[in-house]
Amino acid sequence: MLFTELLKIAWQSLIANKFRTILTMLGIIIGVSAVIAMVSVGMGVRKNVTDSISRLGSNMLVVMSGSSNRGGVRGGAGSVTTLTYDDAMAIKDKIKNVAYVSPTAQTSSQVVYGHENWSTTVTGVIPEYVAIQSLSMQSGIFFTEHDVEVRNRVAVIGTTVATNLFDTVNPVGKKIRIGNAPYTVIGLLKSKGQSGGGQDQDDVVLIPLTTAQERLLGITHVRSINVQVADADKMDEVQANIEKLLRQRHRIRAGTDDDFNVRNLTSLMETMTETTTMITLLLGSIAGISLVVGGIGIMNIMMVSVTERTREIGIRKAIGATYNSIMLQFLIESTMISILGGIIGIIFGVGLAQAISKFGNFTTVISSLSIVASFGFSLFVGIFFGMLPARKAARLDPIDALRYE
Amino acid sequence: MRGDFVSNVVTITGVKKLYKMGSEIVAALNGVDLKIDSGEFVALMGPSGSGKSTLMNILGCLDRPTEGSYKLLGKEVSGLSDDELAKIRNKTIGFVFQNFCLLAKLTSLENVALPAIYAGFDSKKRLAMAMEALEKVSLADRAEHLPSELSGGQRQRVAIARAIAMKPAIIMADEPTGNLDTKSTGEIMQIFRDLHATGSTIIIVTHEPDIAQAAERQILVKDGKITKDILTAHTDEKIDII
Repeated sequence: MLFTELLKIAWQSLIANKFRTILTMLGIIIGVSAVIAMVSVGMGVRKNVTDSISRLGSNMLVVMSGSSNRGGVRGGAGSVTTLTYDDAMAIKDKIKNVAYVSPTAQTSSQVVYGHENWSTTVTGVIPEYVAIQSLSMQSGIFFTEHDVEVRNRVAVIGTTVATNLFDTVNPVGKKIRIGNAPYTVIGLLKSKGQSGGGQDQDDVVLIPLTTAQERLLGITHVRSINVQVADADKMDEVQANIEKLLRQRHRIRAGTDDDFNVRNLTSLMETMTETTTMITLLLGSIAGISLVVGGIGIMNIMMVSVTERTREIGIRKAIGATYNSIMLQFLIESTMISILGGIIGIIFGVGLAQAISKFGNFTTVISSLSIVASFGFSLFVGIFFGMLPARKAARLDPIDALRYE
Repeated sequence: MRGDFVSNVVTITGVKKLYKMGSEIVAALNGVDLKIDSGEFVALMGPSGSGKSTLMNILGCLDRPTEGSYKLLGKEVSGLSDDELAKIRNKTIGFVFQNFCLLAKLTSLENVALPAIYAGFDSKKRLAMAMEALEKVSLADRAEHLPSELSGGQRQRVAIARAIAMKPAIIMADEPTGNLDTKSTGEIMQIFRDLHATGSTIIIVTHEPDIAQAAERQILVKDGKITKDILTAHTDEKIDII
């Protein structure tokens, strides 16, 4: 009963001083909307990064041949030669939720065109590599299944290689030499820039896997098999199935080590997420400071208000207002300011975030957590900074307060 | 005739109020004994600095004595907490101040209903009580007016209505006519007389002998002590002059 009356009293006093109330609220409005907008920018950065990582292949598993162990001497990764093209095909055929499989064989080689030469990585792949690496062609075509079957000497090159060998000449149709054998350049990849790890992804020459194995390297095994999983949630399941299948195919007895490794990109993802979360927190907490400043504004105004209304407080106390009812009256007032400011701030903040994404051409993600948190924080600020003025009001001596002019 | 006898509204024995002024201790009240019966109309007089305001604050439960006992309606109140005193002021004492002390942003009716808010009454009951009180001071037609729209005399009548709204045991008026012209003073004193006639206990603090004449008992405070406590030998004509 008394509480609803106190709500009314507080509301009336806010209405009676509209201009002052709005100015006080402004601090909270700016604070809350800044938190929401800044966090949405941070979350936008995070979404961008996550998206580009998953474009790189967040749902990518890499099967590497493992290390050999002969008489206690362990070779490096890839020193075992048991991983084959057939393994890749088996993974593709027998395991569910596998979208693409791309076995590769790789070597470093000098590539020559006319007087120019360039040392680069030559990778033997199959056409599915295009899909798995999200490659697209700048000009020409990628080689086909047929090229792989018949071990054609064709090559697709990256822009870095093209610039170094051909300068401005169109490389498509030209012949280059890799390991003393001539290859026809049939395609030029569109530039992908640097990878997350800082590698130049355009410094590549791609040739059919079989050509690389038999004509260039003289091997029958593959270096690694990239597996793209259809459903990112099934990563662990697919990884386990691949391990099981390969142990079976390689006839590895229970209790002995695998002769291969299956890796995924989740750790990279985790690191990036961590970094962007830090950015979000940083932006949010800077904006949060303005909320605290807004709270101090509330305290200021409430202090002035208490002094101004000393007589009112005296009258209320003389006719029977207790410590708590005076305290509550003023606390409700400051809390109302922060709640109203919070609500308006949410509207402004969401609007601001949308404006940034629309006119600033910047991804923003409005998170309900930032809305709830900033509103909660503004509420806390209102109560916390309202406490001191409210206590001051409630502790006034009625005799002094009545005498106050 | 002990103080817990119900007809004694106020029983004060050996009350002292001491203040520290630097290293000196000043006694605003220096041993006051006072009994006020139910239905009495008392004028509390004295020059400024005599201690009458202090006595009035203690009687009104706005302040506590440093020493001595104060029994209000037979209950010892000198040792109560601030909140307990607030509740007593709310239910047992009605205040009328020299400068009206109305809340400027509330209407007459809302001002009169204010004590009932702190008593926790619901709004229907509050407004009914407030209206009844306003009728007693013949201001029912000004219920929706703000204090700024009323004359001084009307404001003081609203203040009296607020003081009597909770039907308190004592009405305390501190210089109630100090800010009023002669005509309004007459009206206000008439209201007090009417209230007295219906059995209210009234204590008026004043330094005007004319006002004190309206009361049936006059108490003079000087240097923190009661120096005179007499019954007024007045006639009806005298009151009419006021």
